[in-house]
Amino acid sequence: MAIFVNEHTKVIVQGLTGGQGKYHGLRNKAYGTQVVGGVTPGKGGTDVEGIPVFNTVAEAVAATGADASFIAVPPKAASAAILEAAAAGIRFIVCITEGIPAQDEAKTYNVLKRDYPNTRLLGPNCPGIISPGLCNIGITAGEIALPPQPGKPAVGIVSRSGTLTYQALYELKQQGIGVSTCVGIGGDPVPGTAFIDVLAEFQNDPETKAIIMIGEIGGTGEEEAAEFIKAHVTKPMSAYIAGVTAPAGKKMGHAGAIVSGGKGTAQGKMDALAAAGVKVGLNPTEAGELMAEIVKSL
Amino acid sequence: MDLFEYQGRAEFARFGLPVPSGGIADDVDTAITVAEAAGYPVVIKAQVQVGGRGKAGGVKLAENADEVRFHAGNILGMDIKGHVVKRLFIGNAADIAEEYYASYTLDRSAKKHLLMLSAEGGVEIEQVAVENPDALIKLYIDPVDGISLETARQACVDAKLNPIAVDQAAEILVKLYTCFTEGDCDLAEINPLVLTPTGNVLCLDAKVALDENAMYRHDWAEYEATVLRDSRETLAHSKGLQYIGLDGTVGIIANGAGLAMSTLDVVNQVGGSAANFLDIGGGANADVMAGALEVINTDPAVKSIFINIFGGITRGEEVAKGIVEAMGRVQLKAPIVIRLDGTNAEEGRTILANAGISADKLISKPTMLEAAHAAVALAK
Repeated sequence: MAIFVNEHTKVIVQGLTGGQGKYHGLRNKAYGTQVVGGVTPGKGGTDVEGIPVFNTVAEAVAATGADASFIAVPPKAASAAILEAAAAGIRFIVCITEGIPAQDEAKTYNVLKRDYPNTRLLGPNCPGIISPGLCNIGITAGEIALPPQPGKPAVGIVSRSGTLTYQALYELKQQGIGVSTCVGIGGDPVPGTAFIDVLAEFQNDPETKAIIMIGEIGGTGEEEAAEFIKAHVTKPMSAYIAGVTAPAGKKMGHAGAIVSGGKGTAQGKMDALAAAGVKVGLNPTEAGELMAEIVKSL
Repeated sequence: MDLFEYQGRAEFARFGLPVPSGGIADDVDTAITVAEAAGYPVVIKAQVQVGGRGKAGGVKLAENADEVRFHAGNILGMDIKGHVVKRLFIGNAADIAEEYYASYTLDRSAKKHLLMLSAEGGVEIEQVAVENPDALIKLYIDPVDGISLETARQACVDAKLNPIAVDQAAEILVKLYTCFTEGDCDLAEINPLVLTPTGNVLCLDAKVALDENAMYRHDWAEYEATVLRDSRETLAHSKGLQYIGLDGTVGIIANGAGLAMSTLDVVNQVGGSAANFLDIGGGANADVMAGALEVINTDPAVKSIFINIFGGITRGEEVAKGIVEAMGRVQLKAPIVIRLDGTNAEEGRTILANAGISADKLISKPTMLEAAHAAVALAK
């Protein structure tokens, strides 16, 4: 079973009439995802290649029964879009927007937590989520992901980085290993969904037999994951952490990828994960190879 | 974006925080003019974005114009941990009875704002945290609620600030919070926050880091203009590239921040060192690639260039065409090692092989590790 999203997930795209929203929304639909509507204020009643557009998320939900939203709007509009989706009863929100101010992000996170505890936000600044063969929400190229193979164990992927996620998907595909779900939690300082949220789902998912985790410098998400793994995760795991050689005090491309005050180093995260029994690779390829060995032994 | 102290003071003043009068000077004569206006005694402070400037001799008191001339002359041009002093802040030197510490940051683990407050200021707060953790109050603030005057007051009491200072300090904490949130700071720190013998509470220093993502809603052009960048970083910035200069010999171009970081790591793992971090984003069209190569080409330390591309939605053949076109536009000094993988990588590699570029200028390797080995070997 896939986690978070599957073939029954009905998705609306907030920003469907914009460049990014249209491009990726149509790709997601072509992949087989149930993209049932779009939302752009002022453009209600029109359509994008047959996908109906609504003025508000509430109208879109009422008309289509959507339970997930894909947000592809500029940083200025993203926080309001997230809260609008939550207020309309959307249970799973994917926000790919990069460049949202940290103050807005922190506020939005806490409003969601307080007022909409049943809504899950994935991102911002994330590639999205794909349950190969079933549902793809976001910017992942569907063809590089192999669906679970009959009679063979499937692997779950959780990652903070886009391209490293694709790399992991691709390497597993080369080895003939299927993926139950691949979740990109994003590279921002306050992600809506943390590593531990995803690990908990994978642990409970009978189809997922092993997990790859890809982290990077900055914050404490990987250290918290290590504690969680020790206590709750029985499935075998491999991991890779990017940024061993990153200089302190610099934001390495992602807003959240920064070592500050000696905290959030790659080495510290690798040590914590290794101590929790995770097989840690020194590069993404090695993490993939370690996973291949794990899958063979299952 | 880290601000200089004088810029941090400007932000503080904008939000009504009490900062002593003063100004900046880039030469000795201006320093004297500013000192006369601020009123003696004055404190002369090197404007550098590095800690420990006091110990290095970058902060001096002056009682008159001669002393200002002497100290300002010494401090300007001084090298403090690799930072050359080009600008001074000169302010009225407040008498100090007690020194405190106050700061706001975002705590990424709690996903809330964090107020740190201590009655032991004027020293490195990390040191206080280690040596005397009880002297440091940590208060988590829900960004939805913010901090009330009452909560701020209680924090001052809990941190054992002098009762005389509590009311003013509480007001300062509320204003500093507004500065932190509305001013879009990653960090807003006062160290020291001082109590004067006459019972006034003042911000004697200002350490502010701003969130670049909020640039669109502020007028930060003046701060942006003084961001420290080397010549490579300045060129990259002008081209809108995500570039960080490093001191190795292998130039790096990758698509995606994670992959770029990973490329640095792999180069290091096989015994080399990266000259830079450069993320050209998800795609890799000819314009962006040409700009990236141009920046790397200006770096005299670069002996080889490692292009690490994973094609997702951007297909391998499009990436390859972009690279060939870019190589036609930029006369490169160093050879390129490319690892092209992902969607349609095979087609991309064929295009590169048939582009008529000599085999010692462009070397294609199938994996990241092999490419790293080749690039590092060329750089030695």
